[in-house]
Amino acid sequence: MYNASDLRKGLKIQIDNEPYVIIDFQFSKPGKGQALYRCKLKNMITDLIIDRTYRSVDTFEPASLEERRMQYLYNQDDDYFFMDLENYEQISLNVDQVGEAKNYLIDNLEVDILLFDDRPIGITLPNFVDLAVTRADPWVKGDSVSGDSKPVTLETGYTLRVPPFIEEGTKITVDTRTGQYVTRVKE
Amino acid sequence: MLPGSRNSTHSDRPREPARKKPTLWLRARMLQAIRRFFSEKGYLEVHTPYLIPAPAPEPHIEVIKAGTAYLHTSPELCMKRLLSAGYARIFQICPCFRQGERGTRHLPEFMLLEWYRAGIDYRGLMDECEEMILSVSKELGMGEEIEYQSKGVLLQRPWHRLSVAEAFDTYAGVPMEKALESGIFDEMMVDKIEPRLGTPKPTFLYDYPASLAALARLKKDNPDVAERFELYMGGLEIANAFSELKDPREQKARFHAEREKRRVLGKPVYPMPEKFLRDLEHMPKSAGIALGVDRLVMFFANATCIDDVVSFAPEEL
Repeated sequence: MYNASDLRKGLKIQIDNEPYVIIDFQFSKPGKGQALYRCKLKNMITDLIIDRTYRSVDTFEPASLEERRMQYLYNQDDDYFFMDLENYEQISLNVDQVGEAKNYLIDNLEVDILLFDDRPIGITLPNFVDLAVTRADPWVKGDSVSGDSKPVTLETGYTLRVPPFIEEGTKITVDTRTGQYVTRVKE
Repeated sequence: MLPGSRNSTHSDRPREPARKKPTLWLRARMLQAIRRFFSEKGYLEVHTPYLIPAPAPEPHIEVIKAGTAYLHTSPELCMKRLLSAGYARIFQICPCFRQGERGTRHLPEFMLLEWYRAGIDYRGLMDECEEMILSVSKELGMGEEIEYQSKGVLLQRPWHRLSVAEAFDTYAGVPMEKALESGIFDEMMVDKIEPRLGTPKPTFLYDYPASLAALARLKKDNPDVAERFELYMGGLEIANAFSELKDPREQKARFHAEREKRRVLGKPVYPMPEKFLRDLEHMPKSAGIALGVDRLVMFFANATCIDDVVSFAPEEL
């Protein structure tokens, strides 16, 4: 249980049985008046942002969140399936919950799945993932629009710009936080 | 020296406090100017103990316990005992302590300037406030026009005076009594009223509901309100003042009521300040004010965050 004085940016609490993270926090106290704790909160499932003002007598349930290491299995239409590496249970996230992460999901990739009350709500990828280039057009030298890079398509369908020497079939490392090329993987 | 650590060089100097040097100079010069103002007006600078056995019961101020005593949340009670003992003009600049107050304008340890003067009421204090801050500004070489957070604040006297009831009618769209009844007084104050106050001239917001001024005298012609004011400059709350209540029986009854409010809120109830109540019957007609020194530095330094005007914020310790 948290008290109002525990509120701060980044704290995760439960409101109406949903997990929220405090994204902005302000303490104010008009002269001799009561303390007001004004929070901007983001619903961790829907991403909707709400404003709430709390007082010193308010208390809060911590959001019961848990991260579990899981392996990506496959997707079927809009559902992405993962397997818990400890108990082999399977869970799924829909395409909205997976978001940008779908660009990096290859079979057997280990990821962290965020669970709220045992319900999967989000995914955290490793910072770097190695992916194979499935399509690369030859580089046209002197193409001033593209500069010193060219577009390629990866095995997940994700397209990005890479240096001209990257060819079809090469494996490259991509930074999942920026979506950008890092290096060629040495075999 | 720890393995791997380098020799100390100029660039290793702690950066945060160094960055604040101009502001800490301004702060020191401001304090000198304040002291000069009061000593020229015949005020005695006093120091009362920070460690006290019984704080004033306030429903919304939490005290920090220190052993079997408490750190004072303001020097008010001791200074009023000095007034009662015949000190007619006194001022004090001291750190005060309030549990859990932490925000861009709050520190759990902050600095108050309090001054008390026999023979005047809160209107007299408004005049003295104008005089003091204007004289400090001039001594700092900042003149009569200050820019605070892109708002111009003109210090030429007289300043703007607005009653709390008028402020609610003008800015909150709900009458003061109604806001009080429905428990939204503080929210309206913070969201609708305070940001509008103190520009282009500093504002004295005066005549607070009686229930929000436990140590203030009630207005003779309207006992629903107390002779209390707050000073705002550029949206920043700077000071709080009263015509002091000097009836010991009335004061005791109000303290009991404040303690009851705390009990209902499930907050700790502190011992009754008996010696203060005993001395109160000798206190002359007087008025007193508490001014947030850090806030006034924020104003002159054009700072948005109180951390910028103190050497160390609590998280940096």
